[in-house]
Amino acid sequence: MTTARTLFEKIWGAHVVAPETADTPAILYIDLHLVHEVTSPQAFDELRARGLKLRRTDRTLATLDHSTPTLPTGANGERPYANAEAKAQVAQLEQNCREFGIELHGWDSRERGIVHVIGPELGATQPGMTIVCGDSHTSTHGAFGALAFGIGTTEVGHVMATQCLLQRKPKTLAIHVDGELPKGVGAKDLILHIIGQIGVDGGTGHVVEYRGAAIEKLSMEERMTVCNMSIEAGARAGLIAPDETTYAWLKGRARAPQGEAWDRATAHWRTLRTDDGARYDREVRIDAAAVKPTVTYGTHPGMAIAMDTPVPAARNAVEQRALDYMQSRAGQPMQGTPVDVVFVGSCTNSRLSDLREAAGVLRGRRIADGVRMLVVPGSEAVRREAEAEGLHEVFRAAGAEWRIPGCSMCIAMNGDLALPGQLVVSTSNRNFEGRQGKGARTVLASPATAAASAVAGAIADPREYINQEQAA
Amino acid sequence: MKPVTRIHSRTAVLADENVDTDRIIPARFLTTTTRTGLGKLCFNDWRYLPDGSDNPDFPLNKPEAKGCAIVVAGRNFGCGSSREHAPWALLDYGIQAVLCSEIADIFRNNALKNGLLAIVISAAEHRWLLANPGVELSVDVQGQYIALPDGGRISFELEPFARHCLLEGVDQLGFLLQHAGDVDAFEARYEAAA
Repeated sequence: MTTARTLFEKIWGAHVVAPETADTPAILYIDLHLVHEVTSPQAFDELRARGLKLRRTDRTLATLDHSTPTLPTGANGERPYANAEAKAQVAQLEQNCREFGIELHGWDSRERGIVHVIGPELGATQPGMTIVCGDSHTSTHGAFGALAFGIGTTEVGHVMATQCLLQRKPKTLAIHVDGELPKGVGAKDLILHIIGQIGVDGGTGHVVEYRGAAIEKLSMEERMTVCNMSIEAGARAGLIAPDETTYAWLKGRARAPQGEAWDRATAHWRTLRTDDGARYDREVRIDAAAVKPTVTYGTHPGMAIAMDTPVPAARNAVEQRALDYMQSRAGQPMQGTPVDVVFVGSCTNSRLSDLREAAGVLRGRRIADGVRMLVVPGSEAVRREAEAEGLHEVFRAAGAEWRIPGCSMCIAMNGDLALPGQLVVSTSNRNFEGRQGKGARTVLASPATAAASAVAGAIADPREYINQEQAA
Repeated sequence: MKPVTRIHSRTAVLADENVDTDRIIPARFLTTTTRTGLGKLCFNDWRYLPDGSDNPDFPLNKPEAKGCAIVVAGRNFGCGSSREHAPWALLDYGIQAVLCSEIADIFRNNALKNGLLAIVISAAEHRWLLANPGVELSVDVQGQYIALPDGGRISFELEPFARHCLLEGVDQLGFLLQHAGDVDAFEARYEAAA
């Protein structure tokens, strides 16, 4: 008799090179290592210092995204980097990839983009894989039923040199999302609602598996949005079991298996489900029908509520400080709060469906006077597809800026940032103090809410805009 | 890495919960390609006033916190990004141990790999240390306890391999490289089955 196992346990078990002992963690094999310019230079230096090669260049994929400008090359032929250091950091990754023989989707690639957008687009991200990157939002790839998690630069070096990591087995947390999301409420609202329920540390030490009727109905893009923010609840990773939605999305992509190999792969992927009777260390139930358009009101993603409900009173000095920083008022809803900047982009919400969602609200409308709106596609592929549909014209006609792909104002290290005191409605993943610029105030929201808020000049319920359009 | 066996210091308290890695080192400083010299940027936007002078309200700027190598931090310290720049900055700033009832996973991993003792203690002990700043503590890695001035001890868990590496001053890559043969065998089996 075999023991019933969770999806996580199946993936973990298939990648154990050496099991854990009392004295040593397990040696875990890594199928895919994604690399970007910010967290890799010190790891490459370590390899050089030790005279080591990169073990598996065919399991390594690099791109440029964090420090890259989103404005095009200027009249002088130069890219408008934020500073000389950013430019040098990009040049260093280009040099490191040449030296170590890594495939880099750099400036001249038609596939360049945010690392967590291009992995899936290329079909490099596949069910059952272990995927790591020196970036906490690696959890995004869990949408495909891959065990994907962020690592530090020391571990980036470990994977480069050995294709392995030393890991203690994390615990498992099942988040069952029962029922159906109401019309006009999406994946971003759902994950903000979940983090608001379980807390910013509700997943610490755990790998989350999202499951239930509402999860099964989500598109791949929506699943990526949900898994992306697993780390914002402190979880090591977030997983969704692969299904027909997953296979349909992957089929035919450049790095996905082709022909007979595809049939073999899907036969294997169909086994990647949690067995009946398998036990999780913890389980949480969420009612999808109760989710409304949700935004954050404080300085971490756990401070999230439906935009029409009153901001709760601070329970301690730290929460009061967060409310003061945000200028949020206890007892008042976030809806109606004046907005200075709107950002649509990031590994959470920069895919084609996100841009369509925002454009759907903006079509035929103008953003309010005094509001600045940036729309930054997640990849060159997303940019091409969006432009083929004319979405860029919708954004420009509405008064928004249409940029070239990158992390942009999510992490605000490339020069795209908000000014002190400005309120940003952002489709990104972190509303930490100063995250989008020193003193800037971030409200996390869905693409539809972001677009509606840009039009209204204040945080607005997108359902009012979507319904109007349908009625027209 | 130098061996880390014992840290002896007075404690400073940074009581805020959920101190994230953006607060420890803001993202705009991550364009660096080295791991050195980040101490002056540690807590940059919290620690300095706009004119560049020290912010007297930042807890670690208080006179009694100066020179403290042990910080008792609010719950969920180090949440947010995977940037190893956070422990690099803290160590360069002079912090050698962070005590907390809960520490974010990636930060904790990164910290221990760099010799920064990220140690989880019970909620009750945490409350007591938060309420009593300036206590002289000795953190003993070998014995896995924190010695209090009155002779009392707080014991803590430390992942055994991380502890071994701290005590011996060795890094984990050496251990992984020793298992190259196991990785070869695994890859042969694994890739044949695919």
